[in-house]
Amino acid sequence: MSASAISAPLATSGTREARAARGPKGRTIGMALYMLFLFVPVYWLVNASFKTNADILSGLSLWPQHPTLENYSKIFADPDWHSAFTNSILMVVINTVISVSVALPAAYAFSRYRFVGDKPLFFWLLSNLMAPPAVYALPFFNLYSATGLFDSIWAVALAHCLFNVPLAVWILEGFISGVPREIDETAEIDGYSFPRFFVKIFLPLIANGIGVAAFFCFMFSWVEQLLATTLTTVNAKPIAGMMSRAYSAAGLDWGLLAAAGTLTMIPGAIVIWFVRNHIAKGFALGRV
Amino acid sequence: MAQITLDGIGHAYGGDPKTEADYALKPIHHVWEAGKAYALLGPSGCGKTTLLNIISGLVIPSHGRLLFGDRDVTRLPTERRNIAQVFQFPVIYDTMTVAENLAFPLVNRGVARPRIDARVGEIAAMLDLTADLKRRARGLTADAKQKISLGRGLVRSDVSAVLFDEPLTVIDPALKWELRSKLKAVHRALDLLMIYVTHDQVEALTFADKVVVMNDGRAVQIGTPAELFERPEHTFVGYFIGSPGMNLLRGEVAGAEARVDGHVLPLGAAYPALPQGMAVTLGIRPDYATLTAGDGLPVTVTRVDDLGRKRLAHASLGGGQSVVATVPHGMGVETGPARLRLDPGKIHVYVDERRVAGRDLVGRAA
Amino acid sequence: MDSRVWDNRAWLFVVPVMAFVLFSSLIPMMTVVNYSFQDSMGQNSFFWNGPGWFQNLLDPTTAVGARFQGALLRNFAFSFTVLAIEIPLGIAVALCIPKSGWRVGAVLVAIALPLLIPYNVVGTIWQLFSRTDIGLLGVALGRSGVPFNVTQNAGSAWAVIVLMDVWHWTSMVALLCYAGLKAIPDAYYQAARIDGANRWSVFRNIELPKLRKVLVIAMLLRFMGSFMIYTEPFTVTGGGPGEDTSFLSIDLVKMALGQVDLGNAAAYSLVYNLITLTVCWMFFTYTTHADSKDVA
Repeated sequence: MSASAISAPLATSGTREARAARGPKGRTIGMALYMLFLFVPVYWLVNASFKTNADILSGLSLWPQHPTLENYSKIFADPDWHSAFTNSILMVVINTVISVSVALPAAYAFSRYRFVGDKPLFFWLLSNLMAPPAVYALPFFNLYSATGLFDSIWAVALAHCLFNVPLAVWILEGFISGVPREIDETAEIDGYSFPRFFVKIFLPLIANGIGVAAFFCFMFSWVEQLLATTLTTVNAKPIAGMMSRAYSAAGLDWGLLAAAGTLTMIPGAIVIWFVRNHIAKGFALGRV
Repeated sequence: MAQITLDGIGHAYGGDPKTEADYALKPIHHVWEAGKAYALLGPSGCGKTTLLNIISGLVIPSHGRLLFGDRDVTRLPTERRNIAQVFQFPVIYDTMTVAENLAFPLVNRGVARPRIDARVGEIAAMLDLTADLKRRARGLTADAKQKISLGRGLVRSDVSAVLFDEPLTVIDPALKWELRSKLKAVHRALDLLMIYVTHDQVEALTFADKVVVMNDGRAVQIGTPAELFERPEHTFVGYFIGSPGMNLLRGEVAGAEARVDGHVLPLGAAYPALPQGMAVTLGIRPDYATLTAGDGLPVTVTRVDDLGRKRLAHASLGGGQSVVATVPHGMGVETGPARLRLDPGKIHVYVDERRVAGRDLVGRAA
Repeated sequence: MDSRVWDNRAWLFVVPVMAFVLFSSLIPMMTVVNYSFQDSMGQNSFFWNGPGWFQNLLDPTTAVGARFQGALLRNFAFSFTVLAIEIPLGIAVALCIPKSGWRVGAVLVAIALPLLIPYNVVGTIWQLFSRTDIGLLGVALGRSGVPFNVTQNAGSAWAVIVLMDVWHWTSMVALLCYAGLKAIPDAYYQAARIDGANRWSVFRNIELPKLRKVLVIAMLLRFMGSFMIYTEPFTVTGGGPGEDTSFLSIDLVKMALGQVDLGNAAAYSLVYNLITLTVCWMFFTYTTHADSKDVA
């Protein structure tokens, strides 16, 4: 990469800022341009999903010339696709539940107590966030083969704990530290046992944090595909695995691929819709 | 420098008020004189910050005109108004040094460098910031940061007014006193019109030449600290100012006498304009109600508070109402029956919360 | 300052996390370490190889060493490029997000969408979009005379992958910055108006300094993300043309799962992991150090 290639985009974004500075109108235009940039490629995928393969390959058309639901009906009719979607969703849900419930007590401990080795432990946990999944692909393959978990949804759900558990600990620790510890002490004086205090009083207080942690765990598990495809073959095959089947020997089935891709955007969109009012705060991770 | 005139300024958020209650700030006429120090005093939500923001231009009033001198600035944007404002929480520019922070308003207005340096030096000296001028502002303590905010407010010599919005809220109580006297000294030195918003009467009364007491979106009285104390025009001013506030008693007035809980009280003035036996509120400050060993109203003392410098007695009048009264030096007092003397000249009569002027017993209007 | 109580029983709370991390991180990492110091004659018979694999890997004159060095440099170039685009663009987008009204929610939802698309689908979207026969971008560029071909031309492949990453992740930077901007009290903007600051000055002296913390997080996350990237470029280019878009993860997976070159892959993994940690650590200490210097 030459220096000029790097500075060029900087310069364009600079002018974009200057335009944004001119007030509401500049802002609207800037946002409209960004939206265009985001949604044209998505539109192209959705567009292709409503075309037949012949239509896709016969030349460029901005909308389906012969709109068809054939690609979708192929997916809905095929039990392999059903189980791929079910597998993908199950992996993510199991992983999210495990990550958050395991991280909760740990985050409480890191936020409230000092103990032997707390700091090194915390940083070691975080260092797992920085580990490239590719590094773990091979050892996970060996480990899960040895333990008989290979090609099960549990393999992927557990593998994603590698980065989601530390992530959940980090997010929850931030939110828990925002709750004054006087509340813990008051509850103790009022005669609450610790488990009752934790469930009845504390969890509702950090409900937002739990939501944010769950959102991020869902997000990172749902989108990760390297481990998900490496650790499964037949029984637990996720959507990504099914999609790579569309790159089969008989040539690319673009219509099918596009329809499957379009369908995978839906769960994410639903999740975002539910958290839309918390996005701004959630991305601050309770820390800012 | 010029006076600032509020010509029927009123504001309703969302515009178009139907009733009086829709106004966040009820229409007000007032002239702020150049070079004076004013305080806007009232409980939170009384509209004082709205009024301040109207003057600075952060809020455009829905009613009335705002004049700086003879110039109508009602719709002029903040940056063209020549106003400085200091906020409740310190606003500093993190990346700049203290000196750059102080110079910022001048640099933005294209003032020449030597003049900027001179003025920054002068203001820094007034606020004891000279030693910190070269330091990054973000590392300083909260009160030093607020001093920088004050300094940025004071640094422009051409401003029509400097507005303060509860500027000492975040300051340590021990330092509050020092900063306030510093402000007072700065006011004398710079001869600027200053308007100071606060809910703290001590701050208002010690800082200002004149205090505007506000309640519920209305300016209920404008006057010197002494006037507010001696002659509250509104029952709200009576009990909001002074510690404890004015005693307010339900009663009736007939000529130069009042009846309260079956007692007859002589008044310092006659009220022939009020119908005989009309229900009114009587107000008297605890300072002018004293327990006495001699003649006085028979009362029952229910509690005595020793405040060190003075003692206050809570005395029941027998009919359900009670009065806070001063216990004279050297007088022994216990709970139980006692005698109370109310200074007739210090009793005010309020109808519908507003003070009614009586006719002096000699014949002049009081 | 630190109000936490000293109590070693807190370890009990950490035990579940430890169990999971032990299983999903430590044990796999030990196998990697194990491989990295041994060689195999096949059939599960291993013998001690000392630092041989590491010497091999770090020596650019060997085949593996050259491969590693190439992938490392490409990956740094890629991370640097996407950071240089995504951070300023993300700030600009955050500034463009409406301040109030129903549009805020709509814009936030729309912006967040790319973040929840599975990586392989992101790759598919851009593969389809940039094809010179059926892709809108590819065809448009082809017709306007730009020599563009992802499978033949390294420049085209790079451009698409960088563009894809910008498309995919700028929103995250923007959302972080938006959260940071929302946290600035109104008084700062009011004070700036009264001080006569222009829009640029407000950005430079108020918004940018207040975004410092979120930008540190954004840069860390984006560095990590771009340095580990695998699925998206692999779907679009398969690492090609030639090795031109073969980043560290792509190269490593090829070596470990494709060629089952255990010793080299293990050494590769450890060095790769170490580099990631070191860069994050240096960045983190540098920024926190700069912070503490300000306060002193």
